[in-house]
Amino acid sequence: MISNELGPRRIAELVQGDRVHKNLYLSEELFAIEQRELFGNTWSFLGHASQIAQSGDFFTVEIAGQSLIVLRDEAGEIRVLHNRCAHKGAQLLTAESGRLKGRFVRCPYHAWSYRLDGALLSYPLRSGYENTGLKACESGRGLAPVAGLHVYRDFIFARLNPGGPAFHEYFGDVLPMIDLMVDRSPVGRLEVAGGVLRNVVHCNWKLYLENVNDSVHPVSTHESAVRAAQAVARDHQPDPMPLALEQILPFGEKYEFFEGMGGKVFPNGHSISGTRFSVHSGYGNLGQYVQDLQAAHGEERARQVLEQAPQNTVLYPSLALKGSPQTIRVIRPIAVDRTVIEAWNFRTVGGPEMLLDRALSYSRLIFSPMSVVAHDDLHLFESQQKGLRSGPNEWVSLHREHDPRELDDPTRETSGTSELLMRNQYRAWAKFMTMNMKDE
Amino acid sequence: MSVAACVDLIYREAFLLDDGRYEEWLKLFAATGRYWVPLSKSQDEGDSQLSIADEDMNLLRLRIERLASGRAHSQQPPSSMQHVLQQPMLIEQDADASEYTFRTAFTYAECRGDDVLALHGHYVHRLVRDGEQFHIRLKRVNLVNAASRLPMIQLFP
Repeated sequence: MISNELGPRRIAELVQGDRVHKNLYLSEELFAIEQRELFGNTWSFLGHASQIAQSGDFFTVEIAGQSLIVLRDEAGEIRVLHNRCAHKGAQLLTAESGRLKGRFVRCPYHAWSYRLDGALLSYPLRSGYENTGLKACESGRGLAPVAGLHVYRDFIFARLNPGGPAFHEYFGDVLPMIDLMVDRSPVGRLEVAGGVLRNVVHCNWKLYLENVNDSVHPVSTHESAVRAAQAVARDHQPDPMPLALEQILPFGEKYEFFEGMGGKVFPNGHSISGTRFSVHSGYGNLGQYVQDLQAAHGEERARQVLEQAPQNTVLYPSLALKGSPQTIRVIRPIAVDRTVIEAWNFRTVGGPEMLLDRALSYSRLIFSPMSVVAHDDLHLFESQQKGLRSGPNEWVSLHREHDPRELDDPTRETSGTSELLMRNQYRAWAKFMTMNMKDE
Repeated sequence: MSVAACVDLIYREAFLLDDGRYEEWLKLFAATGRYWVPLSKSQDEGDSQLSIADEDMNLLRLRIERLASGRAHSQQPPSSMQHVLQQPMLIEQDADASEYTFRTAFTYAECRGDDVLALHGHYVHRLVRDGEQFHIRLKRVNLVNAASRLPMIQLFP
């Protein structure tokens, strides 16, 4: 069992080559360290630039228990500030999103106000601060920006700790998967649209995230939803096949399909499932859009963009993309046994509105709190959270297709069903948990 | 007379669900019936907006088929539900008395094992005359907290 001194060596021992310790999912102490270290040292997805299209637009978001303001300043630059008044810590903005009334942010409590770059602008009773230490201390400096900020093709990412890898070093060769998604637009631009679905799941966030690239579970987990969909298709023979059934029925593919669809891992926990094909490959009826895309990007790139529709891409640890339908899931850990999952969708600017409708339909059917597909997933994650407490076995098996040589090559092709897709997440977990820790 | 028949239908709809009589419940809907849980009260039909659920008769059948199959993992243990309705209020009727729209405040409890989920809001029922009877053309469920973080909702608020 874990002692009170969780240093880098003990944490690293929890992740073995082919299995991980159950305390990764159960320990409150590890969760607290994760918030500070793992989510401090890695790059988290905050939101999309289209949510703050105009100067003065903002949204608020919580990463690793820290409230952040994401705003667009007068010059059109995106800035991310800690949402904590430099005076007494009140949140400056508590709305989910909105537009500022002037070129400053004012605290509703004692009226301290800040420029959009966070600098302290004014505060009442100024003479009372003469000959005090205010100006020389943290509070005099105003609102702290996040340590790292990078906007990649309108996807906004931040890193909370000053230590940790640079953006491109961190995501590396998985970034072209964002390009693939954005280039589905002939003008290379996506817009968040249609609202957001929010689920709270009573499980550790890693149980959810490792499932994103788990292609072995649909056969057994989703049996009830698939059989019911098959029964409706058989008994009522709808013609044409409704979009909804077209989106649910492929969950009934066999193990061989999922194995053959291919996977790929990248350094730092990122991965793709469905490198060759996926349940999303068959979406058709694109019409004029195909020509528009060829005219914009050239035939070769248009073909690439349309043909590659992986099941999921994981940008560890907070984001899962589906290029087609254009949907993302955002993973927000709340407590060791509580996770919020959000589903966001994109309008493909310059593309047919049908692409958005397809994304909205998919999100509703698969990621809604009322989804009959998700119910069996979420039930099982919550069941794992309870089951893991039981019995003498303290380990979770990740042995499928394990090969010690996989460590030689951090970027690696796999079958669609290899548990390397998960082992790779936990190797990154151990790395970013411990990278800023002193030796014991 | 028609208004009284419609009010009966709205109450009956809730108690058929509470008793798990799904096949009878389905028969209350018109062939073009729709069960809709939008993300926001201001959402209009046909908007490109997300919904928590938006079910035509095929999708309702799918849901019921799954619940009846005994294979749904998330229904072990099974969920049960209780609707509590306020008096339905007529808010619109068309000139030839063939379509009526009612608004009904509700609370809804869904229980599974030791967990109880409580949801609140109001329904909008659009009911259409079909000979002597009325059928549900639309049951719209406006939750007060549809955009909040929600746990699994497995049955039918």
